[in-house]
Amino acid sequence: MLADAWIIAAKDLRIEWRSRVAFNQLAPFALVVLVLFAFALDSQQTVLAEATPGLLWITILLALVLCVQRTFVTEGAPGLADQLRLSGLDPAGIFLGKTLGVFVQLVALEILTFVGAAILYSTEFGSVGLMICTAVAASVGLAASGSLYGALLLGVRGRETLLPLLLLPVVAPVLIGATSAFQAALGTGDVTLDQAWRWVGLLTAFAVAYLLAGVFAFGPLLEDT
Amino acid sequence: MTSIDTGLAQVRTEVEVPRDAPVGTGSRASRILGVVTLVLTAVGLAYSLIISPPDANQSNAGRLLYIHVPSAIVAYVAFGVTALASVMVLWRKTEVWDLIAGASAEIGIVFTSLCLITGMLWGRPIWGVYWTWDARLTTTALLLVLFVGYVALRRALAGTANRAKWCAIAGIVAAIDVPIVHESTNWWVTLHQGQTVRLLGESEIGGSMLFSLLLMMVAGLCGYVWLLLVRFRVGYLAERVDEYAFDEAIAQRRAEAASQQRTAAHPDTPAHRDTPSDRADTHRIATASTSTEVD
Repeated sequence: MLADAWIIAAKDLRIEWRSRVAFNQLAPFALVVLVLFAFALDSQQTVLAEATPGLLWITILLALVLCVQRTFVTEGAPGLADQLRLSGLDPAGIFLGKTLGVFVQLVALEILTFVGAAILYSTEFGSVGLMICTAVAASVGLAASGSLYGALLLGVRGRETLLPLLLLPVVAPVLIGATSAFQAALGTGDVTLDQAWRWVGLLTAFAVAYLLAGVFAFGPLLEDT
Repeated sequence: MTSIDTGLAQVRTEVEVPRDAPVGTGSRASRILGVVTLVLTAVGLAYSLIISPPDANQSNAGRLLYIHVPSAIVAYVAFGVTALASVMVLWRKTEVWDLIAGASAEIGIVFTSLCLITGMLWGRPIWGVYWTWDARLTTTALLLVLFVGYVALRRALAGTANRAKWCAIAGIVAAIDVPIVHESTNWWVTLHQGQTVRLLGESEIGGSMLFSLLLMMVAGLCGYVWLLLVRFRVGYLAERVDEYAFDEAIAQRRAEAASQQRTAAHPDTPAHRDTPSDRADTHRIATASTSTEVD
């Protein structure tokens, strides 16, 4: 299962490395969103600083939707789904591979976004350990739920508009949890460090729930009736 | 009767229909339940809006809760049924559970909206705001959006072979999210009142107010079952329409081919004559064309 996951993830990342879609389009998109938020909360440096944890994670969620769409566009070509099915790879492995591919791209985007915030918003990051744990737990959950919905919508007409509608409410707890934990890490809200680690626990629970759901659901999802 | 009609009639009798399959949008049972629901709702509204006394603290605004609380309960029941039916679709792989899951989600959306609207109208005079970011409100709002997405997915997948299975997975995945959403929103400090009616132990309201509330709950649940029955039947018939239209199109082509052959073979025979040999002929041709189509 893990070997199969590695094959799929390596394939996706190789496609990304050669096409550079995420690098050329997603990364600038994330930066544009950061700049737009600054325009919206113009000249009030305090408001911007207070809102930074939430803005960062909204940016990540928007990027997630695009990233999932991109990852499953490559599987959407006619006949490719059948070939994936005939490849003999374990469906759970395919799911984990897709998740890993999205996870790696998300983490890269997060690093870029956080550095962007440090420069554009003058954000000072306090507890780096908490930030890394939050980002990893949140990204696993986002990548797992994103891959699950990406696969679910593979053959659906109008999936570009359906994906955000289905995915964004599902990942709402990740937004709440990651934002709260970041408030503690950045020292902007009244969230204490203890509470922040509780939120990391919730993010981990979300990630585990959706990893398990994907591992069990991908078999029936891929097989034809 | 033209020969085309003869062929059609024949194919119509050939389409197999399960003996207890719905043939209309209502049955005797669903109609009785509908009348019971309407009567219960009318009596319940009379009790909750007119007969019961106004609330000591909330005066007449408190009466909204006679609609708000039952609709919240029905909404949660409806989504629970959708989740359960989704599991059953994967387990038993029957069309019935798929239709129940879809019907229940749609009704759940109606009752959740009713619950949110009455809640907001109640919140304005009592809390001073229409909306507050409290755990239960936020969970309910997210639940609504989750199932709106589920129903949108059903629409998008309509007519495809995998719909039942994919929607079942989507339903279960959405249901997994509900406890996590609930837990995460619960950690926010809440303005919301606690429960006032407990299943066990003493309750804080009594007399005609309690009676009104229970009556409205029964009316709400009856209404849910009634709508579920009717929506299920409509869903079932909608599926059949597609199949039937397909069968009918095939039958028309066959009957046309049969009448053309007959006209070519016996140019003097009037087309409207409906002899037993004609029918047998049509049947033979129809059977032959079926076997070629299967190949």
